[in-house]
Amino acid sequence: MTSVGNGQAVVRVENLYKRFGDLEVLKGIDMEVDKGEVVVIFGRSGSGKSTLLRCVNFLEDPTSGMIEVAGVRLEGGHRTKGKREQVRQLRIKAGMVFQSFNLFPNMTVIGNVTEGPITVKGIPEGDARSIGMDLLAKVGLSDKADEHPIRLSGGQQQRVAIARALAMEPEVMLFDEPTSALDPELIGEVLAVMKSLATDLHMTMMVVTHEMGFAREVANRMMFFNEGVILEQGTPDEMINHTKYPETKKFFEAVL
Amino acid sequence: MATPEVGAGETRPPAQRPQGRMEGISQASARIPFKLKVAVVWIVIFLVLAFLFNAADFDTQFMRDRADFVLKGLTYTILIALASIVLAVVLALLGALGRLSRNPVAYGVSGFYASFFRGTPLIVQLFLITFALPVIVGNLGLPQSFEELLTLDPFVAGIVGLGLNYGAYMTEIFRAGIQSVSHGQTEAADALGMTYPQKMKRVVLPQAFRVIIPPTGNEFIAMMKDTALVGFLGVVVAQAEIFRRAQLVAAADFKPIEAYLLAAGMYWALTAVFTFFQSRLERRISKGYVRGGTTTAKEKKAQFMSASAAGGAGGGAGMAEIDTEEDVSGPELKGQGH
Repeated sequence: MTSVGNGQAVVRVENLYKRFGDLEVLKGIDMEVDKGEVVVIFGRSGSGKSTLLRCVNFLEDPTSGMIEVAGVRLEGGHRTKGKREQVRQLRIKAGMVFQSFNLFPNMTVIGNVTEGPITVKGIPEGDARSIGMDLLAKVGLSDKADEHPIRLSGGQQQRVAIARALAMEPEVMLFDEPTSALDPELIGEVLAVMKSLATDLHMTMMVVTHEMGFAREVANRMMFFNEGVILEQGTPDEMINHTKYPETKKFFEAVL
Repeated sequence: MATPEVGAGETRPPAQRPQGRMEGISQASARIPFKLKVAVVWIVIFLVLAFLFNAADFDTQFMRDRADFVLKGLTYTILIALASIVLAVVLALLGALGRLSRNPVAYGVSGFYASFFRGTPLIVQLFLITFALPVIVGNLGLPQSFEELLTLDPFVAGIVGLGLNYGAYMTEIFRAGIQSVSHGQTEAADALGMTYPQKMKRVVLPQAFRVIIPPTGNEFIAMMKDTALVGFLGVVVAQAEIFRRAQLVAAADFKPIEAYLLAAGMYWALTAVFTFFQSRLERRISKGYVRGGTTTAKEKKAQFMSASAAGGAGGGAGMAEIDTEEDVSGPELKGQGH
């Protein structure tokens, strides 16, 4: 089914449930993401796709179920002793890119990128800076290193946010609707960076997006979320051209 | 009533009306800048006051003679205010973190602290700390060293009292400042794998301080005036602040007008100077980066959409220590400046 399929799962999700009050957003999700695999998750608003991503790095604590990221295995729902530290270890393995960028406005661009390595990993400032400058070059923003995020366009900010996440050398990158807050003309530059992550760096990626062009080009696997379950998954071709489900079909008709 | 003739008469420009003397004056007055008029009003007030004091046998020579002595209190007034504001800032920070904590002990202790010190008069608190605390400690039969530690010198007791009192009020300022930092910021810090202290120190507090600093400046100015209460605590003359010295001068020669006016003038000058710097600081801060500069109207909508996608639960981080329910009522400083 997957074109990578090397059996080395970087992310494992087992029997994941998430409830907000009376509302059950995730109803038993089981999935794996292999090393180097790009999984695009899509579905209607409220289908649970963002919540899944946020559960993977415990920004939402799952109501129940297991999450494993790069060997750090954690059960949702229990506040056990030492869990906070385990969650932290898991988050270090998973880079997160938010819809609203969430760059730190009190730091420069390079400061944002080196913040994780310096503060969390304890890497010396000089080393962190050279790692950071390399990453800024990768996302095409070397010349903006000493600017503050406020001076950047949305597309530039999101590319910095990607560099910031990469600076932690994560095993998997989680993208939560990375282009939804962007003006249409700025979407392309962000997608281009994401594409080069996949093709040049072979980064393992989970991407919640409605950018079907990106999915078709980059995704190894697509996953359609509907009412808290994975209704259907397959290669972009299988999903876009040969879906078996009317819900999926209806969704494509709406976005394509 | 609404005949064309009447209507035409009403719309006739005022300039065409025959000019009386009053109108001539008001036109001339319109050419004088407003600020100049206000300055004249101030001068008149001062002249009236000067006349009154003169009529009341105001002894300017005495005032000049004692100005030096009272002025020496300025150092102690500023010293008390500075030391107290430092203590208050520390307490306000701890208090705010307590109020935002889910830990019942931290929340309860900070709640008690804010309630007591905001709910009782400052002068009563100062007397409790200076005069009641040593008695309480003595009656408890605590070890000698402990008793000595808690029997505060009046000067120190004044600083502790002011710091405790202002810290309680400033807890709210700090809480609001911390809550003004968007949830996305704490999530981004969490996602990088920061610990709670790292997140506070590197991300939340630097942004919160932009909101906290201006009102803290106001509190400092208010506190400089409240340092006068320390004058009631029996501080030794050498360490006495402005008001205590004015009291001494007033009592020695029975010159209350001169002594207290001298004190009032000094406090006034002091607060005027600090208010000037405060407003400059405030302007500078609002000119800096805009906090949440990434938040455009479009993005706010997007955030709202993603929040509703997450089941409308506010997208609260499961492990976050900050009470997300409080976030909703937090002040919004988006769109400030820029």
